[in-house]
Amino acid sequence: MAAVSGLVRRPLREVSGLLKRRFHWTAPAALQVTVRDAINQGMDEELERDEKVFLLGEEVAQYDGAYKVSRGLWKKYGDKRIIDTPISEAGLRPICEFMTFNFSMQAIDQVINSAAKTYYMSGGLQPVPIVFRGPNGASAGVAAQHSQCFAAWYGHCPGLKVVSPWNSEDAKGLIKSAIRDNNPVVVLENELMYGVPFEFPPEAQSKDFLIPIGKAKIERQGTHITVVSHSRPVGHCLEAAAVLSKEGVECEVINMRTIRPMDMETIEASVMKTNHLVTVEGGWPQFGVGAEICARIMEGPAFNFLDAPAVRVTGADVPMPYAKILEDNSIPQVKDIIFAIKKTLNI
Amino acid sequence: MRKMLAAVSRVLSGASQKPASRVLVASRNFANDATFEIKKCDLHRLEEGPPVTTVLTREDGLKYYRMMQTVRRMELKADQLYKQKIIRGFCHLCDGQEACCVGLEAGINPTDHLITAYRAHGFTFTRGLSVREILAELTGRKGGCAKGKGGSMHMYAKNFYGGNGIVGAQVPLGAGIALACKYNGKDEVCLTLYGDGAANQGQIFEAYNMAALWKLPCIFICENNRYGMGTSVERAAASTDYYKRGDFIPGLRVDGMDILCVREATRFAAAYCRSGKGPILMELQTYRYHGHSMSDPGVSYRTREEIQEVRSKSDPIMLLKDRMVNSNLASVEELKVQSLVHGGLKEIDVEVRKEIEDAAQFATADPEPPLEELGYHIYSSDPPFEVRGANQWIKFKSVS
Repeated sequence: MAAVSGLVRRPLREVSGLLKRRFHWTAPAALQVTVRDAINQGMDEELERDEKVFLLGEEVAQYDGAYKVSRGLWKKYGDKRIIDTPISEAGLRPICEFMTFNFSMQAIDQVINSAAKTYYMSGGLQPVPIVFRGPNGASAGVAAQHSQCFAAWYGHCPGLKVVSPWNSEDAKGLIKSAIRDNNPVVVLENELMYGVPFEFPPEAQSKDFLIPIGKAKIERQGTHITVVSHSRPVGHCLEAAAVLSKEGVECEVINMRTIRPMDMETIEASVMKTNHLVTVEGGWPQFGVGAEICARIMEGPAFNFLDAPAVRVTGADVPMPYAKILEDNSIPQVKDIIFAIKKTLNI
Repeated sequence: MRKMLAAVSRVLSGASQKPASRVLVASRNFANDATFEIKKCDLHRLEEGPPVTTVLTREDGLKYYRMMQTVRRMELKADQLYKQKIIRGFCHLCDGQEACCVGLEAGINPTDHLITAYRAHGFTFTRGLSVREILAELTGRKGGCAKGKGGSMHMYAKNFYGGNGIVGAQVPLGAGIALACKYNGKDEVCLTLYGDGAANQGQIFEAYNMAALWKLPCIFICENNRYGMGTSVERAAASTDYYKRGDFIPGLRVDGMDILCVREATRFAAAYCRSGKGPILMELQTYRYHGHSMSDPGVSYRTREEIQEVRSKSDPIMLLKDRMVNSNLASVEELKVQSLVHGGLKEIDVEVRKEIEDAAQFATADPEPPLEELGYHIYSSDPPFEVRGANQWIKFKSVS
């Protein structure tokens, strides 16, 4: 249809965005930093910068962190600033680590009722500058009780800010902004991303590198369809985009970076350009991040630019199973994203 | 009566009497201080407890009397306003428990910290807010201490962290504040209060563990008023020795109807914490005259006789008044023309009544917060942004 007529085959050298930048980027020591190290670096810098910042959580100190994210910090800052808590899921600027966000459900009353709502309830008297961070969403083989995505749950609540980094640059910039923010910020990391190295641009190596909360990033420019995602699925979207590019479909991939407050402007501007929308998330479909994006698209100017209904790609609507074949099919795979994009474009 | 008339005529004839002579008159009539015996506290894991005698100065006595009377009258006024439907929603009154909030405050410094649950109006006052701001918050007006955004259970002041609606949730927060006290190294302590009902909650034991492990300067205080909503302590707790429930944390059981007992115990507990020994637990045995909240008449699970007995034998204000009058620290009947500082107790009653009336007037007349501010105070220190209303076309500005 209209979409097909818009397709133009583009030569490889014009593939834009991240891939292009990587090819051209030949700094002498092309710095590769894993997501884990990026978070560690971000926290280290903020601990050094402000003595009111401290970290507490299970096994964050002497164990170096259950996922080694806080490695080295206890040796550097000592017992006062890096605190091992017994199992128990409180100015100062605490960074509170949840071993996984699944455990945050036990403390969720404090996150919502004691943190998120307090500034409002007190009429602006009592701010709560706290960071809740930890791995969120599906991992590998950890089954139902350890695999839930909390983006929609926390994203639902006024008074909270919720960020979801994808790569190392995101991880460092967002954790630093979260620590410096005077509000409760939930940082949804991803365990499977901790060990993945990404190129670290020079500006990210600075101690003042911050990524603003509430601003999405266009990871890859495109003209045929807008693909919006957060966290690990952003990588899958880029893979899907690479595959589709060979077929002449150019996807614009948006990395949300922040769940709340959501950057609808970037999403809307993109949809108004491409006329098509697919959202991709790891969480369950009902009442999720994609559902919110679709609802808001309908309410805004971008609706009239849609040539097809917006489509969501999500985790399967089941508690996470254990067996590998089942688990693999319970989260969005690259093929599922490609399928959804083609369906939307009617190709 | 004749004495009073004589006194009145004496004063009226000397209406140009200077304050100095009034002071002389006052000091001739009253003692400066008196020593009282107070009940010995039951102890848990403590060799020694608070002293069994204490000195009360006339000045402090008058101050405590006034404060307790203010809390009492404020709560009764809230009862009245609630029945007139000017106060809505939840309203948990603390009349009967005045010795707790006033006594605790008397035992600590303003730079110390305090957090409690929802029966918080008394503490909001003793921690420094005016009756005006408190009542206006209850009536949901813009002059309320939280600008009408919080209501009964969400009032905050300097070093006072509410006002918390979720039972028991304030206890881990209190341990966290104590952690901050230790972190900042200024010898401050945190009073972390909870009730006999909340005392059975799991998160309280988590807080005990961490406070003891990290030797936090946290005074856990169980305000035991014998009933968790409508459930008596015998029906709720396997052990009603709340001062022992901290297990490895030393504790003391205090007569919460005697303000001097509360004061001494608090001084003792605060000194314990400040010395770096770690947390301590105080159980204050007290009683509330009202039901759990305004929707509870308070007589289905206890007898009117019981309430009446406490009122006649253990009322905290009466106890202090009797002590002061019997020790010549103050007089009941005194002249209205005497200066306020050296006034008698009845006079204080009159002043307090007026203060409450004025505050209630304000709380009833002050306008509600402007609708435009519905979206305010979502985030701190942020530039303004838009908040969605009931539909997509209704937008509210949000300012920090």
